Amino acid sequence: MQNEYDVVVIGGGPAGLAAAIKSKELGLNVLLIENREFLGGIPIQCVHPGFGLHYFREDLTGTEFIHRILKKFLDMGIEYHTNAHVTEIIPHSYRHKILKVVTDKGILKLMAKAVIYATGARERHMFEIGITGHRVAGIYTAGEAQTMMDIYGIMPGKEIVIVGSGDVGLIMARRFTLEGAHVKAVIELMPYPGGLTRNIVQCLEDFGIPLYLSHAVTRVEGKKRVEKVIITKVDENLRPVPGTEEELECDTVVLAAGLVPYLKVIEKAGVIIDPATKGPVVNSYLETSVPGIFVAGNALVINDLVDYVVEQGEEAAMGAYEFVRNGGLPALRWRKLVKGRNVRLLVPHYVSDTKDVMIYARVKKPEENVKVRFPEIGKEIRLPFVKPSEMIRIKLRKTDIAKAGDKITMEVVPNE
Amino acid sequence: MKVVIVGAGVVGSSIARVLSQYEGLEIHLLEKNADAGMGVSKANTAIIHPGHEDDPDKYPLRAKLCVKGNRLWYQWTKELSIPAKWPGELMVAVEEEDMKVAEHYLELAQRNGVPGVRLVDHDELLQLEPNVNPNAAGALWAPTAGLMSSPMAAPALVENAVENGVRFHPETEVTGIKIEKGEVKGVETNRGFIEADLIINAAGLYADKISAMAGIDYFTIHPRKGEYYVFDDDAEPKVTRIVHQTPTPITKGVYVITEMNNGLMIGPTAQDLPEEAKEDTSTTKEGLEFVWEWAQKLVRELPPRNRVIRTFAGLRPEPPDGRWIIDAYDDPWGFINAAGIRSPGLTSAPAIAHYIVEELIQGKLDIKLTRKSHWNPYRRVFWFKTLPEEKQEELIKQNPAYGRVICMCRTITEGDILDIIGRMKKMGIRTISLDGIKMRSGVMSGTCQGSYCRIRLANIIARETGIPLWKVTQKGEGTEYGIGDIKVLLREEVKENAE
Amino acid sequence: MSEVRKFKLTCIICPLGCNIEVIMEGDRIVRVTGCTCPRGEEYAVQEVMAPKRVVMSVVKVKGGMFPTVSVKTDKPVPKELIPEIMKELASVEVEAPVHIGQVIIENILGTGANIVATRPA
Repeated sequence: MQNEYDVVVIGGGPAGLAAAIKSKELGLNVLLIENREFLGGIPIQCVHPGFGLHYFREDLTGTEFIHRILKKFLDMGIEYHTNAHVTEIIPHSYRHKILKVVTDKGILKLMAKAVIYATGARERHMFEIGITGHRVAGIYTAGEAQTMMDIYGIMPGKEIVIVGSGDVGLIMARRFTLEGAHVKAVIELMPYPGGLTRNIVQCLEDFGIPLYLSHAVTRVEGKKRVEKVIITKVDENLRPVPGTEEELECDTVVLAAGLVPYLKVIEKAGVIIDPATKGPVVNSYLETSVPGIFVAGNALVINDLVDYVVEQGEEAAMGAYEFVRNGGLPALRWRKLVKGRNVRLLVPHYVSDTKDVMIYARVKKPEENVKVRFPEIGKEIRLPFVKPSEMIRIKLRKTDIAKAGDKITMEVVPNE
Repeated sequence: MKVVIVGAGVVGSSIARVLSQYEGLEIHLLEKNADAGMGVSKANTAIIHPGHEDDPDKYPLRAKLCVKGNRLWYQWTKELSIPAKWPGELMVAVEEEDMKVAEHYLELAQRNGVPGVRLVDHDELLQLEPNVNPNAAGALWAPTAGLMSSPMAAPALVENAVENGVRFHPETEVTGIKIEKGEVKGVETNRGFIEADLIINAAGLYADKISAMAGIDYFTIHPRKGEYYVFDDDAEPKVTRIVHQTPTPITKGVYVITEMNNGLMIGPTAQDLPEEAKEDTSTTKEGLEFVWEWAQKLVRELPPRNRVIRTFAGLRPEPPDGRWIIDAYDDPWGFINAAGIRSPGLTSAPAIAHYIVEELIQGKLDIKLTRKSHWNPYRRVFWFKTLPEEKQEELIKQNPAYGRVICMCRTITEGDILDIIGRMKKMGIRTISLDGIKMRSGVMSGTCQGSYCRIRLANIIARETGIPLWKVTQKGEGTEYGIGDIKVLLREEVKENAE
Repeated sequence: MSEVRKFKLTCIICPLGCNIEVIMEGDRIVRVTGCTCPRGEEYAVQEVMAPKRVVMSVVKVKGGMFPTVSVKTDKPVPKELIPEIMKELASVEVEAPVHIGQVIIENILGTGANIVATRPA
């Protein structure tokens, strides 16, 4: 068995598949590794539409979207392993990494010039969002509930309370309702909904599901299975207000309280993490602080749209191509991207004037009629509104980047 | 001779193991839950105490059996492949005047015969534990303290006991005790009557109820709740030693440890609950805040709060005056209590088992027991992740399941899980539950807390036991993973409309 | 004089989410306010006159890689028919192999929409 590759892609979801396809198109010798027994990642279990509007200019279900990409991947004959788990990445030299992979066919020791890490995210669970009470049956993360229902065909429960009004929570509210369950409420910590307006209308209003804003589930009660939850109002600092507790009877709690990049293996390899994105610090080639380790998709930053995930997968592949072709990225003058007013997170962290760069950002709070400004390069974009739940995606031209000194600030300011 | 042990917690299971060394006994170990060790034994600090905290005048049994239990666990954890480590313990004197308290415990250590205990000053304390509160005055150092994987203990003990002939009866709840002419005759259970010449009550929080069934009803057991935080295994800083503080009249404070999965753990609280709250293992905001506040006083720094991966609470069975109720009776003859086994119960369990078998059964009741010529002290298990690479390769060749990593946080493979399921079946477990596998492997207890791997685990259980996926349980009946197939509710609606 | 009715709705055409008000007299729309583009107005009229949705679900499958195959209506169907369509799907079971786009039920409930597979099985 061959064990030297130009690129090893870790993760067989949309980011990883796109990265592998692009790598192969660029002529690299590529291997993809997937932990589960099947390729496709999370979209395999997304039966709802809203995928591919940017990338394919069509409204597809997650399943349809990923099968188009998967078909291309398989048609190209790209080498891959399912049921395979990378336990270690050792930066062997500047130009090589050693990977230890446990598979059901044996243990692989691989040598890769570049690694693209596309392992996606994990879901935040009850202990991370301060829920106290009984640890009983009937508590699921949204993704787990979705896997149960839409892959393995089993129903988690009947009387449902959903925590979090991001798109994942809203879509699960509709899925549960369609299959005959009673969604009693969606509970949102923030004073505004976390998901797209379209999903508020089509997933909640269509079915008369109540949305509690500025509320938290603070406690779960039940003997063997969930019997009720305690919900509490929160103040402007998101702290529960004593005396506002309310009980909601239910048998199921579904947590859609956000995602966190899942990075165990590359953290051990020494990758530096940005506390805002909880993903790695990267340059505009999506290379991490360990040379030759690239990252894409929700392992890089939590995205709203699979289209962006695919875009990042391709970008990382182009970065890996540069790395492999030249034995490393060129020596460059990096400009730091700096978060200014009302910018909560910003990716990538460093850009250079060697190419146009797509930047992804989120604001701290919703605002209407604003300008996104890059004062150092004199760029301004007007937006009718910004919301934390909607990623801002802007292309910076290399000619603009060249105008900046050692940093480029992005700020969101009122449009006067 | 027929022996019934009520309760397969760490105490009951230890008794079963020790008794299994003797000939001519038909030993039945009864457990109301789906698995061994699902009650008190599962959720605690998991410390193997050195034995210098109990005053031998006030608590003679606790003082004597803790020191002995500490030694026995050193051997038992090896024999039974229960993960354990021996980092030693620091009782920290945060203020200068607390050193007097530390001195008091040094005296107890001398009286109880605890090896190696000594006072250390500020400088040595910081060498022994760099993450301790740098303003602390000093500490009492007890090098024999250890930590174990307590959820694995009872299952491991039972597996070994069954290997040596003990019959394990899970999901078997004692509803009555039959006594004739002042002698015990057997127990009534939800699964029928089981004859017994000896009944040993190790029913944990319910030991008062079982004892009352035998007419010994002078005591009640109330639950004392302890709440904890667990951090992720890569959350820093950690501690090298077991760290706690000199007790005050108001509180014992909390422990800060690095648990067996290598995550920092802080706790517990000690909240007395009413007698009827024997299932209330809920965490509370107040309790968790207490833990955080006290842990902070003890160490230089805790990891950030967002690195917490779990909070939990356990219950300890508290006897009326803090004294364990370990005794054999003349009336009814053949009834033995091992009740109210509060801390240091986990540490002392092996010693309690020997005490009951040697001093109560053979001593007080004067029953002659003969050791078996062949008794297997070993339970040999391995974890794929800890094996050398050649061995891993070999295993995957034998069974590809060893190459399928199911739990990514803890690197547990399908092969590891199949081994566990095999052992559970052999041990006599009726309901292979998610928690049963979790207790034995640490699966679902890492960063993701099962959000990724629980369904994969449930699929394996469904396949291996031939039940539908939704019927797999968290920990026995009433805790099913789902409520039916995906169309179950719609079919109900169609049916209702038709009627 | 026919009855005057007011409908308040949130536009979903773009993420701006305009609050639109539609005023009807009998079955005639007399005024649409609050929207900031013509597509929004079109949406509002459609939502008031005949709201439609794409329905998605899974149906059981025998002999496939997974026990279910995902499906959807291949065009939007009247919103009020969604519960009935879901009940129809409850009793469907198909046999593998199923290819993506395969029609599972033709012209469901006379809507002119087919139920099609959105994942192979």
